Amino acid sequence: MGDIAIRVEEIGKKYRIGKPEKYKTLRDTLASSFTAPFLRVGQLLRGEVAVDAGQDEQFWALKEVSFEVRQGDVIGVIGGNGAGKSTLLKILSRITEPTTGFAEIHGRVASLLEVGTGFHQELTGRENTYLNGAILGMNKKEIDRKFDEIVAFSEVEKFIDTPVKHYSSGMYLRLAFAVAAHLEPEILIVDEVLAVGDAGFQQKCLGKMGAVAKEGRTVLFVSHNMGAITQLCGRAVQLEKGRLKRTGSAGEVVTAYLSSVAGAELKSSWSNEPSTPDGSDVRFRSVRLLSPDEQPLSIINFNESLLVEIVYEVKVPIRNLSVTCLLYDSMNHLVFESMDTDMPEWNGCIREPDSYCATTKIPPLLLRPGRYHLSFAAFVEGVRVIEQLRRVLTFDVSGVGYALQPKRDGIVSPVLDWKVCRFSENGRMV
Amino acid sequence: MQSNTQVIRIEPSKGRVALQLQELWAYRELLYFLIWRDVMVRYKQTALGAAWAIIQPIFTMLVFSLFFGRLGKIPSDGIPYPIFTYAALVPWTFFSQGLSQASNSLVGSANLIKKVYFPRLCVPIAAVTSGLIDFALAFMVLLGMMLYYGILPGGKVIWLPVLLLLTLTTSLGVSLWLSALNVHFRDVRHIIPFLTQLWLFATPIAYPSSLLSEPWRTLYSINPMVGVVEGFRWALLGAETAPGPMVVVSFLAALAILVSGVFYFRRLEKTFADIV
Repeated sequence: MGDIAIRVEEIGKKYRIGKPEKYKTLRDTLASSFTAPFLRVGQLLRGEVAVDAGQDEQFWALKEVSFEVRQGDVIGVIGGNGAGKSTLLKILSRITEPTTGFAEIHGRVASLLEVGTGFHQELTGRENTYLNGAILGMNKKEIDRKFDEIVAFSEVEKFIDTPVKHYSSGMYLRLAFAVAAHLEPEILIVDEVLAVGDAGFQQKCLGKMGAVAKEGRTVLFVSHNMGAITQLCGRAVQLEKGRLKRTGSAGEVVTAYLSSVAGAELKSSWSNEPSTPDGSDVRFRSVRLLSPDEQPLSIINFNESLLVEIVYEVKVPIRNLSVTCLLYDSMNHLVFESMDTDMPEWNGCIREPDSYCATTKIPPLLLRPGRYHLSFAAFVEGVRVIEQLRRVLTFDVSGVGYALQPKRDGIVSPVLDWKVCRFSENGRMV
Repeated sequence: MQSNTQVIRIEPSKGRVALQLQELWAYRELLYFLIWRDVMVRYKQTALGAAWAIIQPIFTMLVFSLFFGRLGKIPSDGIPYPIFTYAALVPWTFFSQGLSQASNSLVGSANLIKKVYFPRLCVPIAAVTSGLIDFALAFMVLLGMMLYYGILPGGKVIWLPVLLLLTLTTSLGVSLWLSALNVHFRDVRHIIPFLTQLWLFATPIAYPSSLLSEPWRTLYSINPMVGVVEGFRWALLGAETAPGPMVVVSFLAALAILVSGVFYFRRLEKTFADIV
């Protein structure tokens, strides 16, 4: 599969934006009110965008972007807001024209820039399926053939003949995505459609995209979800302020991107008011993330362990106090919950008033590369919650050391030991 | 995989824009679905539904017959005034409705234009073509009226498809200009009612074109609807107006508007997704 699917060569896109009005003299105003109509007509006939004369500032949304995508590649496109990702997709989808450069596309393209494009509220689910399918490029025979599959995937069989304005937003999204999921283009361009919908829907989207990728189609995927990018994509490109910052394997690019983004809080400490009425009994003082050699950090490699340090104060003697740490991934799934009373020596005892420092180590080779956040709580099981800290620390797991092939799903991504024995011909274990 | 995959080259268009009408043919299924959508939505939403297609021309005919025909005593080429004016109103309504639907069609389909690739010409074409159903309904009423007045169509009716084509050409041509302009200047669609009103009186609907003497009469058929309206009356009602030269001039004018409209639309098309 070495043929080129997409070639992008020095693509640039320039927009003209209006500048704020400068102080005008009466003479200028009178002069321009005579010449302006003629200038306008001239602009119109030439087909230029109507921007008021004299207010002309240029903004390059993309500049000199070049890269190649081979058939069968699954490429992630990442970057901050305003980096130009959506503009690049729009150009490759032929919705807008580049200002400079060119691109070549080999094969049939389907672009999924939004889910449910063209859906009309007054039409039924069935009618909208046909309409949306046609909009996405399927012909009527194809839609007829796949209609039952689409409806089954969307789980809205009962309501397929009701006008879509009566659908819940979940049903709407499921149907819209079901139509798009049954496209069979050679090249699929997807823009952040996973940003909408509940967790279940997002998982379904990811699953389907993974299936499409496994079928050998070329996929270009824009997302902010680093976990999804490393899960689905083999390679990635990073855009920054309209320029191509780097390309490479998905793990490498994601790592480099995350470390350039100062997004994590290394440490939180405070002496604030407690969050619950009981709060005077236990006060969290600080929480920190440390590397194995006890340096504060915001990004940890997949093959390194992570220390979580919690400092808290107990004001009165409490029996059966547990201090727990909850880890959430970027889709807000609870990955695990672990507490100090998991250790037998702390279970069932009375904690005396004092300052405490608790550390725990999250093992390496476990957490899938991506962004995570931590919450903490102090509680007495079955009795009361004393204090909670939600989402107080954020950190990223990079792809360094992540070598699992092929790409796989799953909230955690442990590297487990496998032992394989073979039975010899006479039935005995060798 | 395949040996002959299509290669599409994406680059900035320079100077002359290719018309690429073959692409329009490739997207004909989408065009069909857009027309179907426009028709379905129109009829699902209004309580009056199909009746709306004929209410407008009928009531206009009634008002004109009273004020221009009876009170104003405007001549009508020897044909009873109501049917004289109604036969003109049938193609006229198709034209003016097409204009008002198409002028805002691009802006109304903004979400499609910003997210999906397809030849944008499909949008105004669908808006104008979806009016054919209304036209057919109004035409049936016309046939009913002909029965009532005892007017039998002669062999000249074979010219009707040609005249319908002329109406379509005009409607499409003007719609392309207006829909493209409307994307840049959103007040264009507010000018439409005013424009169609003026145009209505510039077309011989309420009065016969025989009020004008030559050469003005032929010259004034640069308004393509003049050829349409006089042609319709001649073909269906047997009006003795010899509209031949008028129809020819109208056709040429309509063709000029259409061709320039297509070129202009294609030239402006690249800006649509950015500013719609």
